[in-house]
Amino acid sequence: MVLVTSTVPELSGDELRRLYRLLTSVRQLDLAAVAWQRQGIIPGYAPELGQEAAQVGSAFAMDTSRDFIFPTYREMGAALTLGVDMVEYMATHKASWHGGLYDPVTTRLAPIQAVVGGSVLHAVGWAHGQRLAAAPASGRPADEMPADGLPAALTYFGDGASSQGDIHEAMNFAAVLKAPVVFFVQNNGWAISLPTSAQVAGGTVAARAAGYGMKALTVDGNDVTAVVRATREALAHARAGLGPVLIEAMTYRRGPHSTSDDPGRYRTLEDERRDAGADPVALLAEQLLSAGHADQDFLDAAHADAVAAAEVVRLGVQELKPRPGAEMFEFVFAETTQQLTDQASAWRKESEHD
Amino acid sequence: MTDQLTGSSDLAAARDNTGDTAVQQQSAAVPAPAGSGAGATMSMQAALNRALAEILEQDPKALVLGEDVGRLGGVFRITDGLQRRFGADRVLDTPLAESGILGMSVGLAMAGFHPIPEVQFDGFAYPAVNQIITQLARMNYRSRGTLPMPVTLRVPSFGGIRAPEHHGESLEALFAHVPGLLVVSPSSPQEAYHLLKHAAALPDPVIFMEPKSRYWQKGEVIASDGGSPLGSKVVRSGKHVTLIAWGAMVARCLQVAELAAEDGIEVEVLDLRWLKPIDAAGLAASVARTRRAVVVHEAPLTSGLGAEVAALVTERCFDTLRAPVERVTGFDVPYPSGDLEDEYIPNIDRILFGIQRVLEYRRG
Repeated sequence: MVLVTSTVPELSGDELRRLYRLLTSVRQLDLAAVAWQRQGIIPGYAPELGQEAAQVGSAFAMDTSRDFIFPTYREMGAALTLGVDMVEYMATHKASWHGGLYDPVTTRLAPIQAVVGGSVLHAVGWAHGQRLAAAPASGRPADEMPADGLPAALTYFGDGASSQGDIHEAMNFAAVLKAPVVFFVQNNGWAISLPTSAQVAGGTVAARAAGYGMKALTVDGNDVTAVVRATREALAHARAGLGPVLIEAMTYRRGPHSTSDDPGRYRTLEDERRDAGADPVALLAEQLLSAGHADQDFLDAAHADAVAAAEVVRLGVQELKPRPGAEMFEFVFAETTQQLTDQASAWRKESEHD
Repeated sequence: MTDQLTGSSDLAAARDNTGDTAVQQQSAAVPAPAGSGAGATMSMQAALNRALAEILEQDPKALVLGEDVGRLGGVFRITDGLQRRFGADRVLDTPLAESGILGMSVGLAMAGFHPIPEVQFDGFAYPAVNQIITQLARMNYRSRGTLPMPVTLRVPSFGGIRAPEHHGESLEALFAHVPGLLVVSPSSPQEAYHLLKHAAALPDPVIFMEPKSRYWQKGEVIASDGGSPLGSKVVRSGKHVTLIAWGAMVARCLQVAELAAEDGIEVEVLDLRWLKPIDAAGLAASVARTRRAVVVHEAPLTSGLGAEVAALVTERCFDTLRAPVERVTGFDVPYPSGDLEDEYIPNIDRILFGIQRVLEYRRG
């Protein structure tokens, strides 16, 4: 049931350089966001230090002209790679709007999801919808795929979420329906304080795919080229109508769960040094240099650009004004109710002295 | 959640306990062609089935999904024949997992479809409550209106058919409390047909609570004229007291009104229909006339929707009310087994006592 990636072409020098720019941008923005929290610019943040390759690599393989990506609350790297406006993304951490201020429809990135495992079933429904749309009521069987394959959904979740019942339901539904979904697990070793050893019976999430008759891949989540190739292979499988694929990217949450977390209560610095594996950014830098795809000047320039870009995002985030209070009432329904309209006017009268 | 019944025994239970032998013809297709203008007599099951067929016919984005809704036609046969007619893609038999059904419906709506999921019994909505509350009800809000959720969740609801545990529950207060959900319950075949068609055309999620004990009761359905699908409806006029009810309790309240009339008490019966949003203006208009109100529901008393109704009536009719709003409801106990069902669900006597209390109430 293991999918092999040997047929996926090696990445070009140009792709590797683009990936390095993305990895570096994500790293710098991530470090900056932690600093902003310490400086009081944002109330909280969920760092992804160490997971840059898993996120950038998987998102890099997606076709945003037709695919759809379902994030958790720790997918800044995927969002950046997909081209989402980073101020609109970071707005969730500024406490402007839970789902972020970006437009999910045009960016192809579902709203930020706070419920662990909450959006994985949505990916299955969305993907099944693509199969249905590919075989409209003309009577063409849904198994008959369009020449360029199906649009696919990629849904992120972690080793912790793998314990949720919804994940089982999602995988079973997807496999039964042969929905074009890539389940992308970032196994970062920790669900807040609980290590994978106490979370995942059997040791790996990928092993569970066999039970669903689903193809699976385990990949070094710190090696961005491996992640890109694995995701491309998984997408090819899903697009061909052969069903969902599970990718387990083995990585490490180098930082705290969130800026409110204190990893010192459950792991030591020695643990971190021992278990973190390769640093994704440093690893790609080595690969670029040794293959002659880039020189130190390129790496330095990428770093400087990333620092500058993070600074631009900071300015944008700081300029975010509190949302107008009336927005509370605006999006509850697509067609609002009289009750809500009444409550909104009462609020306006008493709070805005309208 | 495990369904302890087979499909056929569910049907048998429903038939046995509603005493309607006409159920034998329940799988007969559409009695009258759409838009003929003429009324046709049919059961609520047939009316719902007809509404679904027309929705699937008219809206290419509409999909029916759930457990046993396809090949079997649903344990209550509400979706009977639909898969044969519209194909397995549009009437989808899902694996047995309610969270999966609802989560998938959210994703289908994100992809532009108009899902009409079914949970087989009210109690089976519990495993899906997370997806309903944290996802279905929130997605339009979370996405700032870019991902609306035109999803109509059909829930065979309430008691009255001697079913096993969790096959008869009244969840309206739970769902009405959740911002982003609409909740409606039809009381008759005519209401079922029109409200389902209306609900399925809305851009927002609707919890559609079908009174399963009324599935086999027949009534006239006028396809061409459903009146306004919004708000409440006075189904019997009277001047002494307003009985407020929904779902299966409407028919019971009409029976009560008949009996009370023998004693010269003119009872107005208000079918609330929409439990979120509640038609406060319609409520107030009726109670302003009668100056007395009794709200009847199957759900437990405490924090039930009757409390909301009482608050709304009090707010709007405080000066004219002759008595505190009376609540005749289920008790604060788990929904009991069939043997005790008639003790639990408000019966005619208890509703009459409720009316008596508001009529005999004296200030101070």
